[in-house]
Amino acid sequence: MLKTLDQFKVGETGLIKKVEGEGRLRRRLFDMGVTPGATVYLRKKAPLGDPLEITIRGYELSLRLSEAKLVVLEVEGEK
Amino acid sequence: MKRFALAGNPNCGKTTLFNALTGSTAHVGNWPGVTVEKKDGTYKKLEENISIIDLPGIYSLSPYTNEEVISRNYILEEKPDCVINIVDATNLERNLYLTTQLLEIDVPVVVAVNMIDVLEKQGDQLDEKVLSEKLGVPVVKVSALKSNNLDDLMKVAYQASKKSREGNSIIQDKNLNHLIGDLKIAFKGKEVENPLFHAVKLAENDELETKDHTDLLEMVKEFKKTIKNEVFGDDIEAIIADDRYNYISKNFSNVITHKEKVEKGEVKETKSDRIDRVLTHKVWGLLIFAVILFFVFHLTFAEDLFFLHAFGVEFTPCFQDTIYEGLFWGEGGIASPGVILFNFFDMSFGAIIEAVGGALESSLPESAAWFQGFLCDGVLTGLFAILGFLPQILFLFLFFSIMEDTGYMARVAFILDRIFRKFGLSGRAFIPMIMGFGCSVPAMINTRTLADDKERTATIRVIPFFSCGAKLPILVAIAGGIVEYFGWGNADVITYSMYVVGIVAAITCLIIMRKTTMRGDAAPFIMELPAYHWPQFKSLMIHLWDKAKHFVKKAFTIILASTIVIWFLSNFGWNWAYLGEFDGSILEGIGSFIQPIFTPLGFGSQLAAFGFVFAVAAITGLIAKENVIATFIALGAIILAGHPELIEALEADGDGIEAAVAMINATGITWQGCISFIAFNMLTIPCFAAVATAKAELPKGKFKWTILFWLAASYIGSAFIYSFLSMFSAESLAWAIPVTLSMIAVAVGAGFCIHFYNKKRDAQSLEA
Repeated sequence: MLKTLDQFKVGETGLIKKVEGEGRLRRRLFDMGVTPGATVYLRKKAPLGDPLEITIRGYELSLRLSEAKLVVLEVEGEK
Repeated sequence: MKRFALAGNPNCGKTTLFNALTGSTAHVGNWPGVTVEKKDGTYKKLEENISIIDLPGIYSLSPYTNEEVISRNYILEEKPDCVINIVDATNLERNLYLTTQLLEIDVPVVVAVNMIDVLEKQGDQLDEKVLSEKLGVPVVKVSALKSNNLDDLMKVAYQASKKSREGNSIIQDKNLNHLIGDLKIAFKGKEVENPLFHAVKLAENDELETKDHTDLLEMVKEFKKTIKNEVFGDDIEAIIADDRYNYISKNFSNVITHKEKVEKGEVKETKSDRIDRVLTHKVWGLLIFAVILFFVFHLTFAEDLFFLHAFGVEFTPCFQDTIYEGLFWGEGGIASPGVILFNFFDMSFGAIIEAVGGALESSLPESAAWFQGFLCDGVLTGLFAILGFLPQILFLFLFFSIMEDTGYMARVAFILDRIFRKFGLSGRAFIPMIMGFGCSVPAMINTRTLADDKERTATIRVIPFFSCGAKLPILVAIAGGIVEYFGWGNADVITYSMYVVGIVAAITCLIIMRKTTMRGDAAPFIMELPAYHWPQFKSLMIHLWDKAKHFVKKAFTIILASTIVIWFLSNFGWNWAYLGEFDGSILEGIGSFIQPIFTPLGFGSQLAAFGFVFAVAAITGLIAKENVIATFIALGAIILAGHPELIEALEADGDGIEAAVAMINATGITWQGCISFIAFNMLTIPCFAAVATAKAELPKGKFKWTILFWLAASYIGSAFIYSFLSMFSAESLAWAIPVTLSMIAVAVGAGFCIHFYNKKRDAQSLEA
């Protein structure tokens, strides 16, 4: 099932299929390792529900819902 | 001297390595043009001395942040003899992404795998031979923290620096390599240095490259028509980024042998996670942060460390009238460490001034009496007033450095981002703002942690609105004066409301900037949350020492010069004769001249005799806010001449409340005018030290506008406050109501105009 990262529930894991958006923002996502083929685990949401904290490529990354919307993943499972 | 550059991700231990290699030889400067710190130091254990340059921490060589552009340009243009690429052993995958880009530059590269001790403590092993083979450059395992293997690293780097190295790319995609090869040949033909690096970046459609090499763009365009990647289409940037990561995970996943087999996708809970569960908790996260923040300020500024007053404990100082009283405790209770340090400096400085004054008085002839005044009242008092803040500023800095070092600051940004985004800022902007309550100078320096120039500018501009320590005396004196003279109100409530006024002004200005000069999307917030670790004493101390040096240097240059000028202007008359008093001085002349400007603010021409005092105080306040009340006290003595008992009361009262009362009495200023005067001081150009810092920290071309912004904000803000409050007095009601209403009308009208203008412009840009 395909889903964008902003629709993930805490604890869900997914495999990145596509990164949308353009320019600076997209490049920044790539540079931080958010590329197709990477596994993402949604660790938690900030107290006010946004931004998100994910585990990717063995480290913790924080990004906003608006940026998470650009990341399309295949849902892999829940922990 | 050979130059080695240190490059690596943020949080990979780069600064620790730099400190370990260079020891005390480090030297901090600013990069030309941009305001990112450049550090260099000397490594002395080889046959020749090596200059080590610490480049900013970066994730990539793409040109999207200041740091990235600086590092890239340094390596390309300044051509260091060797680049030492530090990678974090515990986070190899992402760290090597930068390595794959560095390798494309024609420069000797040595990879230093740092934090190897942490990895090995987990029972994991790293095979550096495999890594070195695959990367094609030497790899050395080090621990910067424990200073393990650092000399080996330098030896290897030294050997590497003797040979030249041609860049190599790890890009696997065959078609793409074709294009890169062709571009490389074209660049070689143009005799461009580092042809491979430029070729790859041009293929990536890199902003800087496409600008510089428009002639080769056609080649990229033609090529794009021919490729069809299944996943990415013709998006070369994506293909390359993907390629790099694929290469890394394919080749280096077996470099580390894990003690325990980790299932793919399984997430192990570390110590960091457990701390995080508390500190970024849904409910408690914000609360815990508020408590931590409170204690940071309490330990730095509180005069009643143990809340004795709140608990109703009657504190009776022992050792009364000894040197300990006033140092460790006072009327308010037992002092916090920050206040004790402050008192210690204050008392030492006082003793120095007294000693110097006494010595001069007995040795100088009558005719040179002005020199004593100059040295003691002008130079020393001014200088010590600024230096006196140093301990508290350093104390505050220490706490914030600890928060930064441990990784907590990143979590604070994470927690608060949602709130700050509303104003076009990210959660990180909170820290410099809150530091502004202590002192604007460290707060402005702290804006370096903000990634976006727009965000930095906006933050620096509103920092002074968070009323700093030096503005507190103004609040205390005038609020106290209002209560005592007009006989109503509560000084604490007035003081507190003024803090609120500052915060409201900051929010208003941020919204206005967001709607006018700083439009566009909020800066992205894609930020690493580093694992928690203990702060290192040594690096904290080096950090503090840097700050102290910086501050002292400033105190001895710009602030010293300004105090001398002010002293001169307030003690000499227009005929260049020494007066030894304020009456008839140049400053009084200037004050009277500009006094009318402040009429709309309530402390201008409408005042009776001595009305220029407020104008003069406001101006001396531009140099340092301590000057405002100092000016009051100095002039209060003149106003009260002939009333020795009042002067005595004035001198006995250190808070300046009596001076404020004398001023109100003599000038006939209204209470509205008093509050407007406080507001003006809070919102205007902060002080020389802060202005100098703002100039250094602001992006190019923003400084002038920032000064103008402060002037406008303070003038308009206080004029509004004055006329608004004047509505509550019977005698001024008649003019105040129409003036206030028309001011509101103009503001609302302007708001609508801006709103519709923005809407129209957005619609236009959407069409285009």
